Amino acid sequence: MTVLHFLFLVPYLILNFIKYIKVNILTLLVIIPILTMIGILFTKDNKGARLVSAAGMGVQLITTAVLVLSYLAARKSGLMNEMLFTADYMWFPSLNIHYAIGVDGIAVAMIALTSIVVFAGIFASWEVEYLSREFFISLILLATGVYGFFISLDLFTMFLFYELAVIPMYLLIGVWGTGPKESSAMKLTLMLMGGSALLMVGIFGIYFNSAPDGGPLTFNILEISKISMPLDVQRFFFPFTFIGFGILGALFPFHTWSPDGHASAPTAVSMLHAGVLMKLGGYGCFRVAIFLMPEAAHEMAWIFIILTTISVVYGAFGAIWQNDLKFINAYSSVSHCGLVIFALLMLNQTAMDGAILQMISHGLMTALFFALIGMIYGRTHTRDVNEMGGLMKVIPFLAVVYMIAGFASLGLPGLSGFVAEMTVFVGAFQHQDMFHRVVTVIVASSIVITAVYILRVVGMILLGPLKDQHHAHLQDAKWFEKLSTVTLVLAVAAIGIAPLWLSDTIIASLKPIIDKLAMIAP
Amino acid sequence: MAGYTYTVFILIIPLVVFLITGLLGMKWKPIVSGIIGTIGLGISFTLSIITAITYFWGGSHGAEGFHAIIPFELTWLKFTETLIIKMGILLDPISVMMLVVVTTISFMVHIYSLGYMKGEVGFARFYSFLSLFTFSMLGLVIAPNIFQMYIFWELVGVSSFLLIGFYYTKPSAVAASKKAFIVTRFADLGFLIGILILSFITGTFDFAKLTEPGTAIFASAASMSFMGISAMTWAMTLIFIGGAGKSAMFPFHIWLPDAMEGPTPVSALIHAATMVVAGVFLVARMFTVIHFQAPDAQEIIAYVGGFTSLFAAIIAITQYDIKRVLAFSTLSQLGYMMLSLGVSGYGGEEGLGFMASMFHLFTHAMFKALLFLGAGSIIHAVHSNYMYDMGGLRKYMPITHITFLIACLTIAGVPPLSGFFSKDEILVAAYNHNKLLFAVEYIVAGLTAFYMFRLYFSVFWGKDRHYHHTPHESPLTMSIPLMFLAVASIFAGFLPFHHLVTSDKLGFVTEMHYAIAIPSVLIGLFGIAMAWILYKKESGVPAKMAKSWGILYTATYNKFYFDEIYLFVTKKIIFNYISRPIAWFDRHIIDGFMVGIGMTTERISYRIKGMQSGQLQHYAFMFVAGTLALTLSMLYFLM
Amino acid sequence: MIEGIGIEHFLVVSTLMFFIGVCGFIIRRNLITMLMSIELILNSVNINFLVFNRYLYPDQMQGHFFSLFIVGIAAAEASVAIALIINIYRNLQNIDVENVSEMKY
Repeated sequence: MTVLHFLFLVPYLILNFIKYIKVNILTLLVIIPILTMIGILFTKDNKGARLVSAAGMGVQLITTAVLVLSYLAARKSGLMNEMLFTADYMWFPSLNIHYAIGVDGIAVAMIALTSIVVFAGIFASWEVEYLSREFFISLILLATGVYGFFISLDLFTMFLFYELAVIPMYLLIGVWGTGPKESSAMKLTLMLMGGSALLMVGIFGIYFNSAPDGGPLTFNILEISKISMPLDVQRFFFPFTFIGFGILGALFPFHTWSPDGHASAPTAVSMLHAGVLMKLGGYGCFRVAIFLMPEAAHEMAWIFIILTTISVVYGAFGAIWQNDLKFINAYSSVSHCGLVIFALLMLNQTAMDGAILQMISHGLMTALFFALIGMIYGRTHTRDVNEMGGLMKVIPFLAVVYMIAGFASLGLPGLSGFVAEMTVFVGAFQHQDMFHRVVTVIVASSIVITAVYILRVVGMILLGPLKDQHHAHLQDAKWFEKLSTVTLVLAVAAIGIAPLWLSDTIIASLKPIIDKLAMIAP
Repeated sequence: MAGYTYTVFILIIPLVVFLITGLLGMKWKPIVSGIIGTIGLGISFTLSIITAITYFWGGSHGAEGFHAIIPFELTWLKFTETLIIKMGILLDPISVMMLVVVTTISFMVHIYSLGYMKGEVGFARFYSFLSLFTFSMLGLVIAPNIFQMYIFWELVGVSSFLLIGFYYTKPSAVAASKKAFIVTRFADLGFLIGILILSFITGTFDFAKLTEPGTAIFASAASMSFMGISAMTWAMTLIFIGGAGKSAMFPFHIWLPDAMEGPTPVSALIHAATMVVAGVFLVARMFTVIHFQAPDAQEIIAYVGGFTSLFAAIIAITQYDIKRVLAFSTLSQLGYMMLSLGVSGYGGEEGLGFMASMFHLFTHAMFKALLFLGAGSIIHAVHSNYMYDMGGLRKYMPITHITFLIACLTIAGVPPLSGFFSKDEILVAAYNHNKLLFAVEYIVAGLTAFYMFRLYFSVFWGKDRHYHHTPHESPLTMSIPLMFLAVASIFAGFLPFHHLVTSDKLGFVTEMHYAIAIPSVLIGLFGIAMAWILYKKESGVPAKMAKSWGILYTATYNKFYFDEIYLFVTKKIIFNYISRPIAWFDRHIIDGFMVGIGMTTERISYRIKGMQSGQLQHYAFMFVAGTLALTLSMLYFLM
Repeated sequence: MIEGIGIEHFLVVSTLMFFIGVCGFIIRRNLITMLMSIELILNSVNINFLVFNRYLYPDQMQGHFFSLFIVGIAAAEASVAIALIINIYRNLQNIDVENVSEMKY
C-alpha cells in the first residue's frame, strides 16, 4: 500500500469509526493520546516507543485534519451555533461540574496548531535514548492536557486539563533536560503553579458568582457568558484570572521562568512549551478572563496594555544581548507572546483576530526555532553563538530552515509572522483613543529590534567563515529531522501565503465576544 | 479591461523560476538554473514591453488622461470591512514605465551574470535570488494598494539582504547585508506607521481612492494633529521616511555604499537601477496625496533630496573604490529625483517636476546599470575594485571603454544623450520653484561630471598597472547587455515622457529652456575639463590638492564619519546601554525577585523547622502549654 | 459510702493526677515512666467520668461505659507502647526518649 493510499484511507476510516462508535470527535482527540500512552507501555525499547508515538500522533494529526474539514463544512452548511461538536456529561453533580466540550473556529485553529507541533515534536525527539518510553509518555500526557484544555467548555475541567499539561513539564525538564535542569524545572513549575493558584481563585470566584439571581451555580463558560456578573465582582476576580493565565503567557514581569525553562528543556519540550503551552495562557486570557468579564477587561485593560507593551519591547531588547540560542529564543517568545496579550486587550475584532493569528504563527515558528536549535546543539554540542560560525556551508538544510524561521520571526511577508503582526498593528491602531495608538507605535517598533537580534544570530552562527574546525564535518539533517522541520515550514508558509481562510474563520468565531464588548463600549 | 490579464505572468514567471531553481537548483548543473532564469525573465521582459506599447499607444488614453487599469485582483486578507489587503495588478503610466525598467535591467543583468558569475559557488542560488528579487520588485511597482506595496517592499528588502550577503563566508559582506537590512527596516517602520495613520484617517489602502483628485476621505484629517503637526503631515513624512530608507536618502544613506559588497550585477540591478528607486516611486505614487494634503512633507522631501544629492556628490569625489564612487553617484542622482518630486506642482506644466523625476528615473536606470555593468566588466578583468589598480584599460577593453564613456557622458548631461534631457527638466522644475535648490543642483551637475570623468580617466587612461594577467575584453554574454544599455542610454532621451508619464496623466507640451540648459551643459563640460586636466595624465596635483584640503578631505574621504556615528549609536548605546542593562535587569532584578520569593520561603521554613525537634516531649509540652494558654485566655476574656 | 464527700474532692484528686501525669510525660526521659504517666492521665479522666456520672446523672450509665472503654483502650495502648519500647530498646540499647528523634523534619 502506498503512502498515498494511506493518506486517503486513514481519514476515511476515522470518519467511519467516529460514526460507528458514536463518539464525539473532540473526545477522540483526548482518547487517541491516552491509547498511544497505553500502547507505549507495551513496547520494549525506544524504537518501539517512538514508532508508537509517531503513529499515534500521526493519527491525531489526521483526526485534527478531519476535525478542521468537518468544522469548515459545518459552518459552510450554515450552522450558526457558537460552539460545534458539543457534548455534555455530568461529572460531579454536587458541584455541578460537567465534562462539557465544544469548539469554535479559534479552538479548532489552536487544536490544529497543537497537532502540528506535537507531530513535529515527536520527530524532533527521535533520538532520545534515555528512558525513552517514559519520555514519550510524559510528552503525550502533556499533549493530552493541551487538547483537553482547548476542547473544554467547563471551567473546572479546563483547569484540570491545564494542570495536567503543566505537571509533566516538571518531569520532562527535570529528567531529560540539560544544564541546571532541576532548578529550572522547579522554577518553571513553581511559577506556573503560582499562576494556577491565582487562576483557581479566579475560577472559583466566577463559579460562585455564576448565578446572581439564585439558581444552580455553574462552571459552564457558555452559560456564564450569558449572564453579566456584578461589576465589583468582575473587578476583583478579573486580575486573578488574567494574571493567572498571563503567567503562562509570559506576561511581564512574570516571564522569568521562560528563559531558564526553555534553556534547560529538551528539544521537543521546548517546542511544545513555547509552541503550545504558552498559548494556553493567551487562549485562557481570551476565553475566560475577557469573555466572561468584559466590563472589567474594558476597565483594566490599560494596566495590562502597559505591561504587555513593556513585554514586547523589553523582551526584544533582552534578546539582543543573549549568547545562548535558547535564551535568545525565549526572550523573543516573551516579546511575541506579549504581542498576543497586547492585541487581546485592544478589545476589537481586528486586533483580537491578530492575537489569535499571532498565537498560531508564533507557535509554529518558535517550535521550528527550538527544533532547529535542538538539532544544531545535537551536532555542535554548544548553544553559545560565539562558538559557532559559518554553519551554512556545513549543514545547509538546517541553516536555510533556520533562516526561514528567522524571517518568519522578523515578519517577512509570505510567512505567518507578517500576517499576524500586521493584523495586530492595524487592529490596534484603529482605536479612537490616542493612548492605544501611541502604544501601538511603540509596540510596532519591536519589528526593528527583532530584525536586529535575528540577523545578529543568523550572521554569527550561519554566515561568515567557519569558526570551529571541529564543525567542518557535521552531518546535515536526517530524514526525521527533515520531516519535523518541513512540516512546520509548510504550515508557516501556508498561513503566510493564504491567510484569508484562517483569518475569516477566526473572525467569524470572534462574533460573540465582539457583540458583548460592543454592548459595553459602543 | 480584460485585455491585460496576461500581465499576471510577468510576475508569476519569476516566482516560479525562483521556486524551481531554489528547490531543485542544487541537483542540476549550475548553468541550467542560469538559463532557466534568463529565459523566464526574457518572457517577462517581452510581456512588459508588449504591455507598455499597448498601454501607451493602444488607446488607453481617454479624455481625462491614461486610465488606471486593474486587470487582476484578489482579496488576500481582511482587516475590517473597509481595510482589505488585495493582491492585484495596477496598470497606470508610472507602473507600466517601472515594469519596463525593472524587466529590462533585470533581463540584462540575467544575461550579463551568465558570464560574470560563471564558475562561482552558488551560481544556482544567485539566479534563484535574482528571480526572487525581480518578482518582489515587480510586485511592488504594480501594487494597486499601499499594503501590497509594503508587503513587496519587505520582500525586496529581504532579497536585497540575501544578494548583498551572497558571498556569505566573507564577514564584510555579511555585515553589509545586515546593515542594509536593519537600516531599511528601521525606515520601513516609519512607512508602516505612516500606513497605519493613513488607513486610520481614510479607512482604505487603495491607491485609486487615495489619489483620486478632490476626494473627501481626508476630511477627517483636518482636525487631527499630534504634537502640533497635522496628522497628514505625519503620515506623509513617515511614509517618505520609508521611501528615504530604500532610496538611501540622507540620513539613511549609509547602507548603500556598503551594499557594494554584493556581486556587481546585483549592484547594477538592485542598488542602482531598481530597488533604490522604490522610494522615489513610492513618493511618486503618493504624489497627489503629498502635494495636496501635506505640503510641508513635500517641502521636506525637496530639501532632503537636494541635500543628499550635494552631500553624496562631494563624497564621491574622494572615493577610490569604483563601485563606491558609483554608489555615491547613485545617491546623488536619487537625490535629484526626490528633489524634483519635492518641487513639483500638479497638472500640466506645473507638474513638470513629477514628469522630470520619472524621466530621470528611467534614464538613470539605463545609464547607471550600464555604468555598474561596465564596472563589473572592469573588475572582472583586473580583479580589483580600486582605481589605483587600474589604468590604461582602453586598449584592452574597447567595448567596455566605449560603453562606459557613453554612460559617463550621459550622466554628465552632454546633449543629445538621455541624461541631458531628464536632468535639464529637473533643473527647470527646481528653477520654477526654489532658487536655492536650483543653485545646489547646478553645483551638483558640475561635480557629477567631474567625479565621473575622474573615474573614467583614471581607469581607462593613464599608465598601465601591474596586472596579474593581461586584461581582456569580457565575453559576449557580458558585452551584449553593455551595448544594449548604451544604445538605450543614448536614445531614451527622445521618448515623449511629457505625453506619457505626468502627474495628472494628461500630456503637456514642453520646450527646451535654453537659458537653463546651456549653462548646465557648460558646467558639465567644465567638470569634464577639470577631470581631464587632473586625471588624464598621471600627475601629483590631485594628491597635493587632497593634502591642502586637510581635515576637510579626510572627513569627506571618511564619508563625514556617518558610519562611525551609527556604529556608535547601535553598538554603544543600543547594545551597551540599553540591551545589556535590560538583560542584566531581567536576570538580576526581576528574576532575582522571583527567585527571592522562593528563597524567602525556604529561609523561613529553615528557621522554623527547629520546632520540629523530633522530641516527643517538646511536642507534648507545646501542646499542653498551648492548651493552657488558650484556656486561660478564654477564661480571661469570657469572665 | 461516698455520702458526705463532695464532688470537689474527687475533682481535686483527678486534677492532681492529671497534671502529675502531664508533668511526668513532659519531664521524664524514660519511655516506661512516660507510659506510666499516660496511664495516670487516663485514669484521672476515668475518675472524672465516673464522678460526673454519679453526681450529675445518677440514673444514667454513659460515664461507666466510657471509663470501661478507656480501661480497655489503655490496656491495648499499653501493649502496643511496650512492644514499641522493646523494639526501640533492641535497636538503640536504651529507652531514653531523647534518642528517638529519627523522624524529625
